Amino acid sequence: MASSVSRRDFLARAGIIGCSLAASPLVTPISLAATPWDTRLVVIILRGGMDGLDVVQPYGDPAYAKLRGRLAGGPETGSLDLDGYFALHPAMAPLMPMWQAGQLSFMHAVSTPYRDKRSHFDGQDLLEAGTATLDGTRDGWLNRMLQTVPGVTAQTAYSVGRSDMRLLRGAAEVANWAPDAELNVSSQAVRLMELVTESDPALHAALAEARVLSEMSPEMGGGGGGNHVQIAKFAAERLSEEARIAAFSLNGWDTHQNQDRFIGQALNRLAETLVTLRGKMRGNTWSKTAVIAMTEFGRTARQNGTRGTDHGTGGLMVLAGGAIRGGQVFGQWPGLGDGDLFQDRDLMPTGDVRAHTAWIMRGLAGLDRTTLETSVFPGLDMGADAGLLL
Amino acid sequence: MRRFDPQLAEIRFGYGLSPVVAPPRSTAAMLDGLVGPDTVADRFPIETFVQFRARMVAVEEQRDIRKKNRGTDLAAAARKRRNELNKEARVDMFGWLGQTMLRRVYTETAFRERLVAFWADHFTAMGKRGLVRRATSPYIEDAIRPFVTGRFEDLLQAAVMHPLMLDYLDQRLSIGPNSVRAEKRGRNKPGGLNENLAREVLELHTLGVGGPYSQSDVTELAELFTGLTFDARNGFKFRKDFIEPGTETVLGVAYPDAHNASQARAALNDLAAHPSTARHLAWKLAVHFVSDDPDPDLVDALEAQYLDTGGALMAVYETLLEHPAAWQTPSTNFKLPIDFVSSALRALAVPDTTFADQPEKAMRRMFAAPLIRMGQPWERPLGPDGWPEEDPEWITPQGIASRVSWAMSVPEQLVPALPDPRAFAQAALGGFADDTVRFAAAAAESKSEAIGIVLMSPAFQRR
Repeated sequence: MASSVSRRDFLARAGIIGCSLAASPLVTPISLAATPWDTRLVVIILRGGMDGLDVVQPYGDPAYAKLRGRLAGGPETGSLDLDGYFALHPAMAPLMPMWQAGQLSFMHAVSTPYRDKRSHFDGQDLLEAGTATLDGTRDGWLNRMLQTVPGVTAQTAYSVGRSDMRLLRGAAEVANWAPDAELNVSSQAVRLMELVTESDPALHAALAEARVLSEMSPEMGGGGGGNHVQIAKFAAERLSEEARIAAFSLNGWDTHQNQDRFIGQALNRLAETLVTLRGKMRGNTWSKTAVIAMTEFGRTARQNGTRGTDHGTGGLMVLAGGAIRGGQVFGQWPGLGDGDLFQDRDLMPTGDVRAHTAWIMRGLAGLDRTTLETSVFPGLDMGADAGLLL
Repeated sequence: MRRFDPQLAEIRFGYGLSPVVAPPRSTAAMLDGLVGPDTVADRFPIETFVQFRARMVAVEEQRDIRKKNRGTDLAAAARKRRNELNKEARVDMFGWLGQTMLRRVYTETAFRERLVAFWADHFTAMGKRGLVRRATSPYIEDAIRPFVTGRFEDLLQAAVMHPLMLDYLDQRLSIGPNSVRAEKRGRNKPGGLNENLAREVLELHTLGVGGPYSQSDVTELAELFTGLTFDARNGFKFRKDFIEPGTETVLGVAYPDAHNASQARAALNDLAAHPSTARHLAWKLAVHFVSDDPDPDLVDALEAQYLDTGGALMAVYETLLEHPAAWQTPSTNFKLPIDFVSSALRALAVPDTTFADQPEKAMRRMFAAPLIRMGQPWERPLGPDGWPEEDPEWITPQGIASRVSWAMSVPEQLVPALPDPRAFAQAALGGFADDTVRFAAAAAESKSEAIGIVLMSPAFQRR
């Protein structure tokens, strides 16, 4: 005991303790008054290519049933009718109360500018870079959005979970944490590690952030639910406080085979995630929230040979939250008939994921159109506002 | 100018320094080791996929018994037996994890272990459900390990046509829409193509996503691949009745109908010889072994050697090891979690009996669960592109916190007694240990924290 005290004294005398964290932006006191806006934005990246045609099923389109074969859905197969033309996959049933409350909507037949190669990995990179082409841009659009507004702190935006969220990469400070992470070692050890890593800025900063976030994270253990539920709880907790933005991933959408089984599991996770966010956000924060779930591309309009679908183009955005104009399927429906498909195989995209996202950010955070079209999504033409927000 | 450094050779091209295994004396010794006998594989054996298939057959037999005897005691017994078989495979999978780690701890040719891991990642494959989820190590043992010192085209064929890959990328049931099989099934149960494997072969395994291929090449290659399938009893199998009739054209080359896999093999060989493949593989090797932002001259040299030798991998490795950039580039590459753990075990020289009696629960606690928290679950990458190489993906607060927890608590469970921390810093870091690390190792409150601090040092985590 005595020896450890004297060792600390020695470290303090040597000026080794307490020299590094002061420089971390995370220990700067958080001023709520300085937070640039009061609304909340949640971005969920659905990795693997969600089949929008199976989530919001265009059973009213005369070509739909034949193209889809055994995957064809609609009210007759247990799907939930939305508006007499589109029906919601039954695995999304837990979201019907949200739909009825006007807090859930969909934007159909949208895509990024990505075409032809249909690679998950390039598709996701482009979705998160927010550019028109893969031009080597290293930061993400949500980070560039943070760079354009004053008053952003390192706690304004959270990247949650284990997956790297490229859309939040960049010059603006962002908090990265996972609900099951903890830094459970003595403060002496943490200080020595900070000393040892001082020559390595990236490692040093990650360690310092881990220390701060570990101390301020609520105990997330227990309460049940899968990893996605834990992530949603954590995001809801932070968004109920000073955070304004959270982003995370949901995987499992690459349904090449036996899609009926696997997409149901993925949609269950998405539904549980949205229900958890709504249930766990405190006060009136949910009423000020827009959730945007987006994917790198849709899938083939036709069923493939293994009761699944292959990589496609036009897809679907899922929108939720009290700030969303709910109860509608938005978008310009391109049809599925002869000549309507993109390259005779995919749902034809009629809108740009980035444009709709830009309009939502404009409404939530008051960004002007020029900033959105030049800094956040360089080269984008936002076009007309589809009126996705209340 | 530094052209070779034994310690850097172990750190950059192996699994770090060991207190019990001497580093290689030269690049020639590293290359000789690769062509010499694979003694460490014999010392720490892992089941082959051929052996693993017997488990698959046994599970299928139980399934058939259940089907024929629904609702009876026989079916219940078969169900119980199937669950036992699944559990045995799960327990054995943790055993193979231990064997993989021990190969990395005791090998004198650590470069081979790194190459096996590199190519296993390039050809990522895993079972999606049931028993085959445990088959990744056996797949690596059969389809990757024996081929890492040969020609790329042979490695490509072994991996792409392996049952686990055919299962993982949905090739198994891809049927030509105009095949005999599709006609037989009739209108109500139509068969059809699945283009997943064809796309990933072009995008990930050969040309790279920047390569000169189009959707039509993907579709034609998928048609050419029809017939490649497998079953548990025989392994790889070619189904003539799955073939899409007609000539398929991939990258301008026409492949006529065949009644065997010869045309699929021909297309794979042509893809292996393609200049875009040479460039793609040269880039990946340079990034993996040297830097996220490699010296362009190194990439050019690897590419040229690949093309000159028709994809002779030993010649490509020789170019890599002989290039000045291999030795002069600063150590910036950040070890991925599995390599972080492997090299910690090598620095600790954990006994070769460490995993012999570990119950499944302990293997989960010490390895499987921490690796998930560090972001790299064992043999479960997110997609067929394997693990990302970019350092920022791994230097996250949550990932680093999880490394700290592992580094400070697990080593003491794996060795009879933790080493003296100052000696450990020297053994683990060699000439890369600096005064700060030595000071911190001596100043920590406990041995376990001191060991953890050395493992968390930049000199240990970067190579």
